[in-house]
Amino acid sequence: MNGYNCVVCIKQVPDTNKVTGDAMKADGTINRAALPAVFNPEDKCALEAALQVKETYGGTVTVITMGLPAAAAILREALMCGADRAVLVTDRKAAGSDTLATSYILSQAVKKFSPDLVFCGRQAIDGDTAQVGPQIGEKLDCAVVTYLEKLELDGSVAVATRDIGTGVETCRAKLPALFTVTEKFGELRPYQMRLVMKHKNAEPETLSCDDIGCEAERCGFAGSPTSVNKIQSVVLAGGEFKEIPATDEGVSGLVGELIKDHTIG
Amino acid sequence: MKNTQGEVWVFAEQEDGKLSEVPFELLGKARELAGRLGVKVGAVLMGSGVEGLAAELFAGGADTVHLIDDPELKVFRNKAYRHAMVELVKEENPQIVIFGATHMGRDLAPAVASALRCGLTADCTDLQIGDYEDKKTGEKFENVLHQIRPAFGGNIIATIVNARNWPQMATVREGVMKPLERGTGNGERGTGNGERGTVVRHSAHLEGVEIPTEVVEIVRRVSSVNLKGSRIIVVGGAGVGSKENFKLIRDLAAALGGAFGGSRAAVDLGYCEHERQIGQTGVTVRPALMISCGVSGAVQHLAGMKDSAKIIAINTDRDAPIFQVAHYGIVGDLNAVIPAMIKAIKNKGQDNG
Repeated sequence: MNGYNCVVCIKQVPDTNKVTGDAMKADGTINRAALPAVFNPEDKCALEAALQVKETYGGTVTVITMGLPAAAAILREALMCGADRAVLVTDRKAAGSDTLATSYILSQAVKKFSPDLVFCGRQAIDGDTAQVGPQIGEKLDCAVVTYLEKLELDGSVAVATRDIGTGVETCRAKLPALFTVTEKFGELRPYQMRLVMKHKNAEPETLSCDDIGCEAERCGFAGSPTSVNKIQSVVLAGGEFKEIPATDEGVSGLVGELIKDHTIG
Repeated sequence: MKNTQGEVWVFAEQEDGKLSEVPFELLGKARELAGRLGVKVGAVLMGSGVEGLAAELFAGGADTVHLIDDPELKVFRNKAYRHAMVELVKEENPQIVIFGATHMGRDLAPAVASALRCGLTADCTDLQIGDYEDKKTGEKFENVLHQIRPAFGGNIIATIVNARNWPQMATVREGVMKPLERGTGNGERGTGNGERGTVVRHSAHLEGVEIPTEVVEIVRRVSSVNLKGSRIIVVGGAGVGSKENFKLIRDLAAALGGAFGGSRAAVDLGYCEHERQIGQTGVTVRPALMISCGVSGAVQHLAGMKDSAKIIAINTDRDAPIFQVAHYGIVGDLNAVIPAMIKAIKNKGQDNG
């Protein structure tokens, strides 16, 4: 086997760790403009996994993202870390896609490259659904290995270590296979100076839904069975609040109260 | 396609022939939803040699147990479980299917939804039956599943519906729904009318299906951490200051006979293990008492603990968001407050003899 053909699906997300006052509009919706757009953290781990495969066994790494043209920024980042090829799927028809439609469009894009291995981050920090990876895998009808922590390849078989919550599983997966990668896999390597210079103005190849043979009714709003009925900003339940002085007497009084109402003791 | 008489289903996740608490939490919610809809609750039990678990599921609130017992299902593998579940849904046409948002549930549910081309909402914290009007088309839908979940790092709560492509599917966070109290289900916890549920056997339909993964080994985590089962939890945040100082958190927990955990910041700083992380990306807990020490209270953290019955917050910053969910607030240095608290607990304990 002459190296492995790897595809990595990545996403540009608003940095939900930086939500501040003006990030939420008065109506409870998100002011995306107020948040920096970043390379989704676990997608970086997915890229690292692919780059390690290329390094160890040879092959190529193609990164694919679906989004607005501005998402090219993370594709450039991926190239600067060592990805060989960057592809942007951008199309108005994709607007409003939920996880089902997104996974459909991405699976169509992935198929175009006939990869041996597909890597996705476990989940994106804007939605936290962890659905798109396994749904791409189902559509590719290949082996699906979620929560990947370690990976070795043995010809046409992947030997993977995955977190199953209650423990750690080692499994053998026949290629082609799709992996969702968690932060436990390890951090993405830094940019390589040489590649930074080479790719700083790189424009990715772009593909439309038609280019990858998507049926219109399976894309965007039309292809999305879920709809948002209501959005509320998080209102912290006020309830009763009592301030206790930070003194021995204050603390001792509180402990006494908790013993009395059988919360403790 | 839309079967308004269809059952409300729970995926009864089992490992090594044992059910975790999750299916029982889901059954508690499923009973409520099925009650609103006037339909039955079904539990889907998959595995090899697992029929014996059906009684527990009846006791937990199931009317029907859909059993798929097949050697190929001995351990969870995406393709095998997905295929069996998809065929079962096609045969039985439930209206709602809920899964635990566990590693297994979050692996299986998306694949099943993808194959059935239906909607799926991840990590719900509540499910309700309600109506929905599509504002674009003006179409109205009655009695659909409102799937409620935090999104955007916990900054918003979204209600999602899937009004057209049924079944309506969701995964539900662990520790959020309440299992039925004993005495209210069908069996041991049962209504006492002696009625038992029905076991319906189904084929896994795996003849000729190639399963591309093989499980070589599973090493179960031997974990002494049981945050969800703890009545009292003491949580430390970045404000604890150092790994050494986290001993204060452990000591307070020990004095109270409770468990201890950390905020994401504390875990990232290496103060405590990842499995003790409380919050949206960690464990959701709602103990009788939570004592939060040096935790500022990022929304992601609050999402995982704000339903605790009593919350005491200790923080030097009067404006820390944690005080907004706390019932008792102590504005002060945890290095002084915690030792005072431990001392008070020990003294009061002696008073009570």
